[in-house]
Amino acid sequence: MVRFFLSRVAQTLAVLFTVSVIIFALMRLIPGDPILMMLGDDFSQDAYRRLQAKLGFDRSVVVQYLIWLGNILRGDFGDSYLNQEPVWRLVWEAFQPTLVLVVASLLVGVFIALPSGIIAAMRKNSAWDWGSMGFAIFVYSMPGFWKGIVLIWIFSVYLGWFPAVGYVAPWQDFWNSMWRLVLPAITLGTFFSGLVARIVRSSLLEVLDQDYIKAARARGVRQASLVYRHGLANALIPVVTVIGLQFGALLGGAVLTETVFGIPGMGRLTVAAILNRDYAVVQGAILVGVFAVVIVNLAVDLTYAFLNPRIRVA
Amino acid sequence: MAQPLDADGLALPASAPAAGAMAEAGGLHRAHRWWRRFARNRGAVFGLAVFLAIVFMALFAPALAPYDPLAQGVGPANQGPTWAHWAGTDSFGRDMLSRIIYGARIALAVGIVSVVIALIIGVALGLAAGYYGGWADVVIMRVMDGLFAFPIIILAIAMMAVMGFGVKNVIIAVAVGFIAPFARVTRADVLAVKEEPYIEAARLGGVSSLAIIGRHVLPNVTAPIIVQAALRVSGAIITEAGLSFLGLGPPPPTPVWGSMIAEGRNFIVMAPHISTIPGVALMVTIVGLNLLGDGLRDTLDPRLRR
Repeated sequence: MVRFFLSRVAQTLAVLFTVSVIIFALMRLIPGDPILMMLGDDFSQDAYRRLQAKLGFDRSVVVQYLIWLGNILRGDFGDSYLNQEPVWRLVWEAFQPTLVLVVASLLVGVFIALPSGIIAAMRKNSAWDWGSMGFAIFVYSMPGFWKGIVLIWIFSVYLGWFPAVGYVAPWQDFWNSMWRLVLPAITLGTFFSGLVARIVRSSLLEVLDQDYIKAARARGVRQASLVYRHGLANALIPVVTVIGLQFGALLGGAVLTETVFGIPGMGRLTVAAILNRDYAVVQGAILVGVFAVVIVNLAVDLTYAFLNPRIRVA
Repeated sequence: MAQPLDADGLALPASAPAAGAMAEAGGLHRAHRWWRRFARNRGAVFGLAVFLAIVFMALFAPALAPYDPLAQGVGPANQGPTWAHWAGTDSFGRDMLSRIIYGARIALAVGIVSVVIALIIGVALGLAAGYYGGWADVVIMRVMDGLFAFPIIILAIAMMAVMGFGVKNVIIAVAVGFIAPFARVTRADVLAVKEEPYIEAARLGGVSSLAIIGRHVLPNVTAPIIVQAALRVSGAIITEAGLSFLGLGPPPPTPVWGSMIAEGRNFIVMAPHISTIPGVALMVTIVGLNLLGDGLRDTLDPRLRR
């Protein structure tokens, strides 16, 4: 277990290192001189040279990377070119709504996926199976941003049940926040449920085909008891992994969903920063987003190992 | 799934006269058998039909589109579907149906070209990493791990920030995002194939590494690569639509489904068709491609069959 833990942490560090190199390289490939952009109207030869030395831009690329990495590790993501605000604060403020949306969607997704996947597996090849798997592929294939617009059209414009746009943090006004989260969380959560329901079904089918289930069935254990007491616990282990692996897809989906519902999250921050050529913010936001995905993957892998004794012991 | 066992690839007709003809007949037989299995999957056949329809639409857009997709004021602005404009008109009075038909061109171009680029680069990297092993493997696969950590839309957004907007750049951005899965799939299969006795025999016979990879390894890892490609085309199209929706795709007035949906957002109260109809086109395409990809996976890659 300790060895597994250490090797996964080492792998994660390697991935984080590669990610940081990729982002650093991407940002250096942007056409135009970043120092000119940072100085803006304050340009003078002297100021240029001072900033160049401060950022280490007169040194080799490797040194530049190390300086950049050192700053990042100390939590210094630089300042926005646009309004000189520290990037970490902008990113932190934008990260919270995104995280709230992702968690809410995750709950909605699991809430839909578990029953529909279980029903599909229990009544394989029945109308229930076809219906719930058809629904899964349907909601999974619907582009999230379009689904959001359709939901706004039906539930906000036509029925007037939910607000179309806007965000309130749950810790400010919980019920108002939840009310505003319904449509965005359904938009993103149904996409997620489509992914997970198919995994729940195939995983449960595989478990129900195992000998110990057959033996239990031969002993006269009822079908419902077989599924809930014996099958599900084992079938859910791979599902946990999939939920973790799809955290990235959820975050990516959140970027688009936020834009539809006017939620001031990471997606809006990044896209606005790109359009404003505020590359310090772009870099910070992408770095934090991808790091979050990598860390969640690690956490899920370790949870998986904990749940699965075959790995725990190895 | 209680399917009768079929002995794939073993059923060569015994009476075929020459070895060449025998192989050909075997290939045909196998293709026929594969098609029969594929045709049993109704979803996959529907997916194939949708795919062919979109290809047809894209190829013959100039003949099919009733109006010039860029011409403004061909009808009253923001009008819902009528006999003259089957999908209505947008806020500039452009014919939506024509724009949707032309939009299929960009969706398909991005979907197919970006996946082909990702396939070529990813497969080459996967072959190199899997076959040579050692440092090549470590370096290539760690870079792939890094790329794989990026959610595709976020990587594409970052790339668009670097390269600027436009169809070509969208293709590159999406392609880069899909290199890692191809490299991973290829490498995994190469590792298995590499240990086969016939590879060992070729190596001992003095065949060069490149020839072994080209003639013996690659042909044996194609099925999962094709499956991966089929499954990724829909992802590429949805990513392109997402970028266009965010305003990071091909610039206006290019008819792109994603930006048409975005434009319609401002008119959702009085003209909901502007957003909803291009979305239906996009969704049908994605559902079709996903069903086709699932069907190909089930028939080409029996290991994944559930």
